[in-house]
Amino acid sequence: MNVIFGNLDLWGEAIGNTLLVFFVGGIIALVLGIIVGAMRVSPVPIARAVGTVYVNLIRNTPLTLVFFFFVFGYPQLGLPDLSNTVLGILAIGIYTATYVAEVLRAGISTVPVGQAEAARAIGLPFGQVMTLVILPQAFRTVVPPMMSVFIALLKNTTVAAGFSIAELAALRATINDAPDRPGNPMEVLLWVAVVFVVLVMVMSTIQRHLENKWRIVR
Amino acid sequence: MSSVLYDVPGPRAIARNRILAVVTVAVVAAVVGFVVYRMAATGQFTADKWYVFTFTNVWMSIFKALGQTLGAFALAAVLSLALGFVLAIGRLSEHAWVRVPVTVLTELFRAVPVLVFMMLLYYGLPVLGVRMDPYWAVVLGLMVYNGSVLAEALRAGIESLPKGQREAGYAIGLRKSGVMAFILLPQAIRAMLPVIVAQLVVTLKDTALGFIITYPELLYYAKLLSSQQGRPILQSAFVIGAIYIAMCLILSGVAKWLEIRTRHSPKLKGYTPGADDDPRVHDGTVTEVIAMQRGGGKFDAGGVGPTL
Repeated sequence: MNVIFGNLDLWGEAIGNTLLVFFVGGIIALVLGIIVGAMRVSPVPIARAVGTVYVNLIRNTPLTLVFFFFVFGYPQLGLPDLSNTVLGILAIGIYTATYVAEVLRAGISTVPVGQAEAARAIGLPFGQVMTLVILPQAFRTVVPPMMSVFIALLKNTTVAAGFSIAELAALRATINDAPDRPGNPMEVLLWVAVVFVVLVMVMSTIQRHLENKWRIVR
Repeated sequence: MSSVLYDVPGPRAIARNRILAVVTVAVVAAVVGFVVYRMAATGQFTADKWYVFTFTNVWMSIFKALGQTLGAFALAAVLSLALGFVLAIGRLSEHAWVRVPVTVLTELFRAVPVLVFMMLLYYGLPVLGVRMDPYWAVVLGLMVYNGSVLAEALRAGIESLPKGQREAGYAIGLRKSGVMAFILLPQAIRAMLPVIVAQLVVTLKDTALGFIITYPELLYYAKLLSSQQGRPILQSAFVIGAIYIAMCLILSGVAKWLEIRTRHSPKLKGYTPGADDDPRVHDGTVTEVIAMQRGGGKFDAGGVGPTL
């Protein structure tokens, strides 16, 4: 227990940073993902192509490499300095956006074709077909897999530890490299694992709850 | 795929689409152009920065690092498949004393981030007096995580089979193990093959996490290179990145090909709901949708899980 109460300040900072990366990265992923997802189903071929290239390129790049590009590569371009945390958040946001886009696209294709056809048959234009008929139905099927994406995002925040961002997985190095901090690597890492298991369990509970609430019986 | 969403464009829509296309091209060109401009302005294209890649030795080391990456991936893939089978069968067991611990274990393995697991093995175990090579930390970390994800995929595959398959198996006198081995598993594997291969892509990507626990694989070598003469940080990231992306694209291509083949296979018609005209079937390896179809609403962190 000493490993927690002796380092309470560090734990607070680490959990704070993990949640910061998670929430801000999540917001970036959501916004960018919605844009890319929309591009992938749009009637403009070039927009579709751009979306496809973006998704295929980033999805087939390891997250660690994306981090590498942002954290080590960005400072090479001589642009205004950004802290590692900001660059890490951008990296994780851009990476997760591809998964958000794919989930959205999958959600749209789960809506039966007849729905879109019926909507068009009564004369709705594209905008209304999407906002009044397709998206409300797609939204319900999208929520559970979207939660999975965010659970994965939460676990992915640990990659930031390799790029000197002071979040949970980096705690081991911080505590063990300081001479007078209590706790050995095993203790620290086990508690970090416990924190993640608890957070993931909370999110899966929410996911199950939403899934049961919004399930569509077809 | 989404042509049902809109009509064949008329004159106004064509004009609008053209404007949108121009805007898209302009935005993409602006972003790419800016990055290239900054790279040129900071001298990233000078010969000095690419100098290290003219040495045969450097390329030999890159190939060696590639071998390390593939070595970790190959063993991790085999082990995680084996673990996946064990966990899936354990979780479907009729004995509570097998089912409950295996379920808890699977959920636990899935909830702990891969990197934390690798760190536990690499930094944590020496506390207990066990020294672990980074190679084994990477392999075991990947095995445990991907094994539990594959177990969920296999379980979803088995549970989605019609009840009659199992009953028919028992009716012709097979035992439990026979029903599992000869009736259920072969069908489940065939149905979940795209998901399994997609998960292998994730395993391959996650070998890059070895970089953080000092396993000398590709990315680690990229970091090493970037401290060489001329400090080619972006350059080595591009070269190594291209290798990673090529490997993953090949594996993703296999997954996609398998999915298309599975969808048209007559042997699978039996239990693939309306295989051809099902609007939920779409092109692309989106595992959620497959999980959705097979598992009847069981969404697993699985497909997208890992580093994702």
